[in-house]
Order: sequence, then C-alpha cells, then structure tokens
Amino acid sequence: MAFHLPSLFFSPKRALDVGMLREMKRKRKNIHPPEIFDGTLQPIVAAHDLVKRFDSFVAVDGIDVEIFQGESFGFLGPNGAGKTSTMRMISCMSPASGGSLRVLGRDPAVAGAQIRSRLGLVPQEDTLELELTVLDNMLIYGRYFDLPKKEILERTTRLLDFAQLSDRRDEKVDHLSGGMKRRLTIARALISEPDLLILDEPTTGLDPQARHLLWDRLYRLKAEGVTLIITTHYMDEAEQLCDRLVVMDHGKIVATGAPRDLIVEHSTREVLELRFGIDGHLPHVGGLQDLAERIEVLPDRLLLYVDDGDDALSMIHRRGLVPESALVRRSTLEDVFLHLTGRTLVD
Amino acid sequence: MTADVLSERGARQPRSGWPTWMRSIWHNAFFYRKTWRSSIISSTLQPLLYFFAMGLGLGALVDHARGGVDGVSYLKFVAPGLLAAAALQLGIEECTYPVMMGLKWVKSYWAKVATPLDADDVALGHLGWVAFRLLLSSTIFFVVMVIFGTVTSFWGLLAVPAAVLTGLATGAPTAAYAAVQKDDAGFPLLFRLGVLPLFLFSGIFFPITSMPGWVQAIAQISPLTRGASLIRSLTLDQGIGVSALISLAYLSIWFVVGVWLTIRAFRKMLIV
Repeated sequence: MAFHLPSLFFSPKRALDVGMLREMKRKRKNIHPPEIFDGTLQPIVAAHDLVKRFDSFVAVDGIDVEIFQGESFGFLGPNGAGKTSTMRMISCMSPASGGSLRVLGRDPAVAGAQIRSRLGLVPQEDTLELELTVLDNMLIYGRYFDLPKKEILERTTRLLDFAQLSDRRDEKVDHLSGGMKRRLTIARALISEPDLLILDEPTTGLDPQARHLLWDRLYRLKAEGVTLIITTHYMDEAEQLCDRLVVMDHGKIVATGAPRDLIVEHSTREVLELRFGIDGHLPHVGGLQDLAERIEVLPDRLLLYVDDGDDALSMIHRRGLVPESALVRRSTLEDVFLHLTGRTLVD
Repeated sequence: MTADVLSERGARQPRSGWPTWMRSIWHNAFFYRKTWRSSIISSTLQPLLYFFAMGLGLGALVDHARGGVDGVSYLKFVAPGLLAAAALQLGIEECTYPVMMGLKWVKSYWAKVATPLDADDVALGHLGWVAFRLLLSSTIFFVVMVIFGTVTSFWGLLAVPAAVLTGLATGAPTAAYAAVQKDDAGFPLLFRLGVLPLFLFSGIFFPITSMPGWVQAIAQISPLTRGASLIRSLTLDQGIGVSALISLAYLSIWFVVGVWLTIRAFRKMLIV
C-alpha cells in the first residue's frame, strides 16, 4: 500500500512512499548518525560545553550535542531540566552564557537573524494572533520572512492542507481547538520552508486524539527529510518521533542515544509492576531482590526490572505472595530516566 | 565545522526586499485593517470636539472680551495647540497598552523575534507604526484646521510633521517605560498625572505667560509646550524663529533619546 506524501518541500525524498521510508529507517536504526550519512555531512547544530545562566541560576550546565541533517532529535527531561533554555539558544533567541554553539554552520551571536531566517520555531506557548484569521496569521508570519504575498498564499494553501486546517482558513484563531492551534503554529513555522524545525513540547496539554494527529503530521515532515528538534517530557512521544535523543536533568545531559539503545543499555527487556495496597509494598523489597536485576521503589508500587516478567510473576506466586495487582510491560524511556535520576519524569 | 545549508536553500527563497523593521509593521497593519474606522474616529473625534467647543464656543467669548490671544483669534491660537496635544495623547496611548500586549499579554513580539526580525526591529517597527498613526490623524485634523481658516502660512504644511515629532518625542520614552513594566498598573497614573497636566498647562488653551512664574518655568520644559509653540509658529505665519528652532531641537532630543531607550528596553525584555 503506497501513497504519496503531500509535498511541502522540494526534497528528493518527496516521491518516496512511506513504506520505503520505513524500510530505510529500519536499516538505519541503531547506527550512529554520522555513519548514516557516510561521514560526509556535518552537523547542523553543534553545541560544546553550552551554558545558560540566569543570574546565579544555571539552567543549562555545559552540554555537548551534535544534530545532523534529516535527523529527528529529542531533548527529554522533566520540567526545569533546561530543555526550553537549550531550545531558545538553538533558535537564536537567547544568547549563550558560555561554551560554543553553531547552528546551520553559523554562530548565533553574530548571525542570529540569518540563521533564524532558515529556522521554524514552534514555541511552548502559541504566539498566534487570536483575534485574526488563520490566513492572516500565515500572511503576517510569512511577511516577517520577507516572502512575497503571492508566494505566501500558495504555501498557505499547501500548509493548511497538511495541517488539516483548510476549511478553517477564514476562521478566527480564537475559535480553534488547542490541537488546531498547535497545528497552525506548526504550519506557520513551515512558511519559510525551514531547514530545521524546532518544537518545544509540541503536544503538552493536548488530548490523546490531538496528540496522535500531531505525531502523524510530524512523522510526515520527518519522512520528507525535515530536520526536527523536539523537546518533550512524554516518553511515548520521544519513542515515537525521535531517531536519537538526549536525556536532560538539572541542566546536564545524563544519557544520549537512540530510544531503543537507551532502553537496552539502561533497563531490562521487561518490567513487572507490583502493588501491595497502601504502603504494603515496602516490606517485600528485600525478599524480591534475587528475582530482579534491579528494583525501583515508587510511592505506590514496586518496579521489578527483569528479562521475563511473566516468569518472575509466577516465581512470586510460588513464594506465596499475592500482590494486589501485577502488570508486565516492556521497558520504556521512563524506566531509563528513573534509573538515571531516581525520579519519575512527570510527577 | 557544521554544515552550511544557509546559503544554498535560503538563497532560493523568494524575497520582497523589505527592510526588517518595516516587516514588523505588517502585524499592526493587519489589525488596523479590521479596526481602522473606529480607530480613526476615536483618535480624531476628541481633538475635533475640543476644536469646536473651545475654538468656536469659548473662542467667541474670548474674542469678544479681549479681541483674541496674542493678536490672533482664539480659534487660530487654540487649533495648533490641539494638534500638538492630540499627537501627544495618541503617541502615549499607542506606546502603553499596545506595548504591553506585544510583550506580555498576546506576546506578538515574541513571535517576531523567532523570525529574522530582532528586538531592534520590533522596537523600531512599533515606533514606525506609531508614526504612521500620528501622520494619519494629524493630517485629518490639519485638513479641518485649513477648512476653518486657521492656517495662514505656507509654513503651516510643516505642522503635520511637527505634530508627528511631538507624538514620537513623548511616545518613544513612554514605550521604553511601558516595555519594562510588569503590568499595566502604572498606566492610569501616567495618564492622570502625566498627560492631563501636560494637556492643561502647556500653553494649549491659554499662553503660559498668564500663569505664575514658577509654573511657567515648569511649563517651559514640557515637550507639549514646545510642540504647541512650534506648530503655532508654523501655522500662524510667524516663520521659523529662534524659538521655533529651540523647540525643534528640544523635541528632537526627546525623540532620539526616546528611541534609544525603547531599543534598549525591548532588547532587555526580548533577549533573555
């Protein structure tokens, strides 16, 4: 079943169908990016020992990141980890307090406006003009990039189609739902056909349906070869969308890699979640140590890191223990984060 | 080294060739397209009401009792003052709440700095828009002045640019002040303790020489006094004298310092 992607960009990949792209992606998986591109391509974002300070508060504490063209790269971490500060530095809106940063080959400190002319930014908070129509928002934004009106109109038709907002073209933005506003912000950010699209928590606050629709749209962009940088505190989002990601905590990078690799490296194949009623789980920790590679004690439950969850559960039953509930699941990035920092991502 | 894709794909993008600070004004223009009717009425109606009430109503009384002011009819005296006062008021209005909207409430200015525009462009774009608004309403008021025969010199044509300068000279420092405010709590105070006294005691309705000496001294430093006096000398065939040049220089200093302060304030707020 092959269908063609809506062509937003004049990319050689646009004629490829999703099936082929998935195949390509599978082949790439778990290979370090420079090798994907035969080592010929340079990173389009390169940060070394990057620091952001606000007075005495250190928001970003010396991070090293390289992001390559065509990649979908994630910054994962809890609120306050320094993701947004990093995004704002990469999008050349916030000057770095230390270290070096190159975006699209240039230094944001001297070529900020030039770099921004090739970026698309989807900020955490929509900065749409609620009192104006969808079309007016696109026109104004396109004008900031100095695009001629005719060109903006052509692109808007295409982009609203992509964002599934074509029938809302003349509606006041105020009347759109949260998910629609988010999609409009993305469409708006694409008006300049950017080389790099930066999305700061694109789905925070959206209902599940709206999130899935947004993911689908972002996946299509990725398939068209647009380089994406995404921050999120949702594990599933990072696993869905990111080729590679860094896990941030307290302004530092605590892990880097492909989602699957991180899980393999920092977690087990499966996780057994046990509940023993209120505070009933604490006495069992000692007696279960031998069954699991590692046990995480959460306020309400125990997480047993094991290779075979069902196997471990039957052992527990054989010992005469009856948990109130037991759940076997695959390891996720949440477990990676928990292991690395001792905290859950979304409290 | 990082890949330099800026030049390749960026160069293929079509361009209109607008300077960055002017692109910033599109945002205001789109809003104005929706509101221009009510906006023009509200920004010109008030000065016109004063023009008719004071100039014609009170003027008849003054002219009858004292034969006018400084050798001209009261209408001719008060009209240029009202032109300056209307410019001051519009300039300050457009540099208070709209600045707060752009930076804090709607955050339109944050959307701008995510594009090739930077903080300076946003600041200059804002003041550029205010200049356009001033030009529009000053021109309308000026036309009414001409119709009622209050402009008796060709120098009068410069009254409109002088009014725009008066509005910007007071609007620009106001924009700098508004940009760094946490909220709009200070604005009503600015209008009551700033704009209103300026309006009343800057030689708009009566010559400042009819006030006590110490009040005159204060009135002399009011930019509105200088604006009204400059415009009056232009419309009343008094030519460009030393006093007019001093007023021009004084307003220009306010304007230049105000623009500089606005740019600084916008940088401080938008580059963090």
